Amino acid sequence: MFRRGWFLPIAATLGFSFLYAPIVSLVIFSFNENSLVTVWSGFSFKWYGEIFRDPQMLNAAWLSLQIAALSASIALVLGTLAAVALVRFRRFRGRTLFSGMVSAPLVMPDVITGLALLLLFVAMESFIGWPRGRGMLTIVIAHSTFCMAYVCVVVQSRLSDFDRSLEEAAMDLGASPVRTFFDITLPIIAPALVSGWLLGFTLSLDDLVIASFVSGPGSSTLPMVIFSKVRLGVSPDVNALATIIIGIVATGVLIATVIQLRSKPKKARA
Amino acid sequence: MLVLFAPALWLLIFFLIPLAVVFGISLATKQFGRPPYSALLSTEDGTVQLTLHLSNYIRLFTDNLYVAAYLSSIRIAAIATVITLLVGYPMAYAIARADDRWRNILLMLVILPFFTSFLLRVYALTGFMRGNGVINQFLGLFGIEPLVMMQTDFAVYVGIVYTYLPFMILPLYTTLVKLDVSLFEASADLGGRPLRTFLSITLPLSLPGIIAGSMLVFIPAIGEFVIPSLLGGPETLMIGRVLWDEFFTAANWPRAAAVAVAMLVVVVVPIMLMQRAQSAVVEK
Repeated sequence: MFRRGWFLPIAATLGFSFLYAPIVSLVIFSFNENSLVTVWSGFSFKWYGEIFRDPQMLNAAWLSLQIAALSASIALVLGTLAAVALVRFRRFRGRTLFSGMVSAPLVMPDVITGLALLLLFVAMESFIGWPRGRGMLTIVIAHSTFCMAYVCVVVQSRLSDFDRSLEEAAMDLGASPVRTFFDITLPIIAPALVSGWLLGFTLSLDDLVIASFVSGPGSSTLPMVIFSKVRLGVSPDVNALATIIIGIVATGVLIATVIQLRSKPKKARA
Repeated sequence: MLVLFAPALWLLIFFLIPLAVVFGISLATKQFGRPPYSALLSTEDGTVQLTLHLSNYIRLFTDNLYVAAYLSSIRIAAIATVITLLVGYPMAYAIARADDRWRNILLMLVILPFFTSFLLRVYALTGFMRGNGVINQFLGLFGIEPLVMMQTDFAVYVGIVYTYLPFMILPLYTTLVKLDVSLFEASADLGGRPLRTFLSITLPLSLPGIIAGSMLVFIPAIGEFVIPSLLGGPETLMIGRVLWDEFFTAANWPRAAAVAVAMLVVVVVPIMLMQRAQSAVVEK
């Protein structure tokens, strides 16, 4: 209806400019030599060098990467199981509660999740002595919990437009359910697993609020370090770091999109 | 059954029980020591005593700071959600109506910021809106006086719309792309003008997407902490920030827990709305 109209193209162009202009300007100014971020005084890589000489930032980055990889992997297993349960078992007792618990962390305000988990860890420590103190382990548990909701949504949508006759054929030919899962189901949902893992990884890498609650002394993640820098004012090395992260993420999303498009010849879905 | 058991157990321990713990601790009072709150259960002369304090809740309703923070969070989140819808709907519609090749590219352009660090995107906005930021330098070229944008409620609105836009576009796109084009043709054949067709066919049919998208923005925006603390001013009152200060600055864990419980009460109805809308979006 609006096909030949002027409204949609203009609205879309403005919308996308709004989404990208701040990111583009951040990337451009990361190459600025001047420490006054927005006053351009020449092209330079000096802020990139600055990052690699900052041990606090490097340690935080390494910790964040480890946490993200672990959390994404745990979330992948649990989220996939939850998705299989929700798609395959149409009816079971407590289904509403279960599906509610799976999807609620998607929108639960971070401050609530963070506070709730911290209070749980403190209570658990005083009752059963585990987990001892807070740090990487507690952050991994917290991140796995909210990442699993995202994995579940991604895998669920893949599973629901899945041709079950393939599994039935395998079972008719004598394959056990476990064998069928690994030989048939897993390869078919693999693209969703890849994007689910990547989504979990980036979400964990990005989280500031929940990590601030459940981390302990000496376990500052990268967003926590960035936040404390940014709060004190603009620092050009954050621009450089942001550019590196955006570059990695853009490459990852590009690869994931290509994989999904290749494996899904029919119309792409969100 | 093991398939169900593992995630259910995990969610029970690390999602449902923590919420119960929050509720429990909201009924304690602050005290010095570790942990910094009073015990609910104590044994005295061989009898178990349960001590519950309602003081935190009484304080929530009587102290103007909390009431004002709740109301202002709801107001800011609601207004920002409406703006996000107005910005996101045409974009989602344009993507849904684009031809196949363009659609995937545009969709990727929406997903990319969604994967890019939230914190860094908020930071990118500060560089954009600061006194000597990109916008003001641009305006300066035309001799326009610099605008004060940072540390205002305006900046908070821009921040929410900017960071949550993909959450609005994706569910809207999912419902819009599934609409049957023949409906529009039928309407046009019957003489319906584009606006009329939009209002009486497209809009009602995309309602599940509108609800799902709006809730995905509204609910987390209510408890937002990063945006008001980096973009907002000292007078920008939001409940997520109040909870954070109560916990980290005042170290009053029971009060922070009570603030969280009250926030949960506010978001629980929208969460249920969202889950119904979401299953409608997925199953359609």
